[in-house]
Amino acid sequence: MQKLTKVVVFCVCLLPFFFLVIRIIQNDLGPDPAQELSKETGEWTLRFLLIVLCVTPLRQISGIATILRHRRMLGLFVLFYASCHFFSWIAFLLGFRWTTIVEEIIERPYITVGFSAYLILLALGITSPRAMVRRLGQNWKKLHRLVYLAAILGVVHLLWILRLDISEAVLYGALVFVLLGYRLIYYLSTNKKIFP
Amino acid sequence: MLIKKPSDIKPSEITPESVYKSRREFMQQGSTLMLGSALAGGLPSIANAQNGSRLKAPAPASASLNRSAPAAWWGDKFDNIQPAPDSEPYFTGEALTPYDDVTQYNNFYEFGMDKRDPYANSGDFQVDPWSVEIAGEVARPGVYTLEDIIKPHELEERIYRLRCVEAWSMVIPWIGFSLADLIKRFEPTSRANYVEFETLVDDETMPAIRSRFAIVRWPYREGLRMDEAMNPLTLMAVGLYGNYLPSQNGAPMRLIVPWKYGFKGIKSIVKINFRETQPNTTWNDLQANEYGFFANVNPAVHHPRWRQDTERRLPQTLFSRRVIETRLFNGYEEQVASMYSGMDLSRNY
Repeated sequence: MQKLTKVVVFCVCLLPFFFLVIRIIQNDLGPDPAQELSKETGEWTLRFLLIVLCVTPLRQISGIATILRHRRMLGLFVLFYASCHFFSWIAFLLGFRWTTIVEEIIERPYITVGFSAYLILLALGITSPRAMVRRLGQNWKKLHRLVYLAAILGVVHLLWILRLDISEAVLYGALVFVLLGYRLIYYLSTNKKIFP
Repeated sequence: MLIKKPSDIKPSEITPESVYKSRREFMQQGSTLMLGSALAGGLPSIANAQNGSRLKAPAPASASLNRSAPAAWWGDKFDNIQPAPDSEPYFTGEALTPYDDVTQYNNFYEFGMDKRDPYANSGDFQVDPWSVEIAGEVARPGVYTLEDIIKPHELEERIYRLRCVEAWSMVIPWIGFSLADLIKRFEPTSRANYVEFETLVDDETMPAIRSRFAIVRWPYREGLRMDEAMNPLTLMAVGLYGNYLPSQNGAPMRLIVPWKYGFKGIKSIVKINFRETQPNTTWNDLQANEYGFFANVNPAVHHPRWRQDTERRLPQTLFSRRVIETRLFNGYEEQVASMYSGMDLSRNY
């Protein structure tokens, strides 16, 4: 039963990727597909980040402990979509021009912010296996709190790209604020830390 | 790959709309006509007979031309368009961007932030009646109707490159007339050093104007120095692909300044104001460190968010990308560089 729910969650998480692949094959990404793909994969990264941050509050509110079981997989999907986003950028927008890529990461602040968020997600992904949890002990919790920073950096990255209408960034920002705020309030009222 | 992409189709292969519509008559008139047209050089001569001109880029048969003309007199003007010549700067041999991409991929934030929003949301936009206020340092200020503005001018076809600051570009066959010819009619005084333009603001037909998180203050404003406005390249566009400008492209009239980034091409103009001093422009007001007044296409001056040394020529696919080296002044250096001699282009961006 456990295995089944995990498979279902896995497949559902893969759906956005699946639909993007279909759009690529059918050339249904508009006249500037490199840009469109980067934009879509970036948005899905942020959405999965929000979903991952919902897990602990949901478990608190509903009391259903089994939700926690999916947190690692959801987290890895954040890394997955972030990697698709990063790959779209290097491959389709910059055509693997490595000097340009390095220059862009250094010279364009919004890319520096995005790349930093990606490095955090990579570090979290690498340290996600149970063996790493055991090996890092107390430090694992501290390290994985960096997901909050990654979420904030993600919203800043988006905000910096949007030019005239910041509605989308405001929405993501508000949700991140609520999800982090929830943890803060819980910590202050019970003196217990939740998720890592 | 055998399947042709729209960009593979040369403009000369596209059947002019008038020919397509008269195909029945063509068949009925039989061999005499065929002989006649063969002598005259092929099918397009029928288009010649009907409207006297042969555009390099007529409207494709698939174009949704179900919009009626903004006003009755427009039909006459659009029947008599001077085709583009065979050489730069009013023509380029580069592949045209297909009609559907030109009209469905736009930045026109009054209709929404997504590139597909203007096409989707501009259905209610009204271009008739339309008036343009001419104000400031001119001998003939006033509020002119669209007919007063456009009717006296002969329309010409010009095929220009359009370079967006976001590092993508298109090649578009515009229909319009020289801004210089328009300006001369209003007799600017010696104090008119700059021309300022304003776009319509109408929150009923432009849905995104009501957005609570837009950080811009409408109306959209743009401006040119007088010599830039009088440059022969500067075009007041009223159409594209041989037909009326769609709402999402800035109907009924918009500016085209091909050596500058696309955001200088202000759409749906309602006011032209002649000033002594440099006007404020929307993007410059929002982020002066990113958007300058001049906005000349320059591969050596990077935007804080986009490098400008290359551009993506649209349309493209993920696996057959068209990345082009950006040229200074978008390749129109010969016609415009003299206006900027002695200017530090990295400071006056």
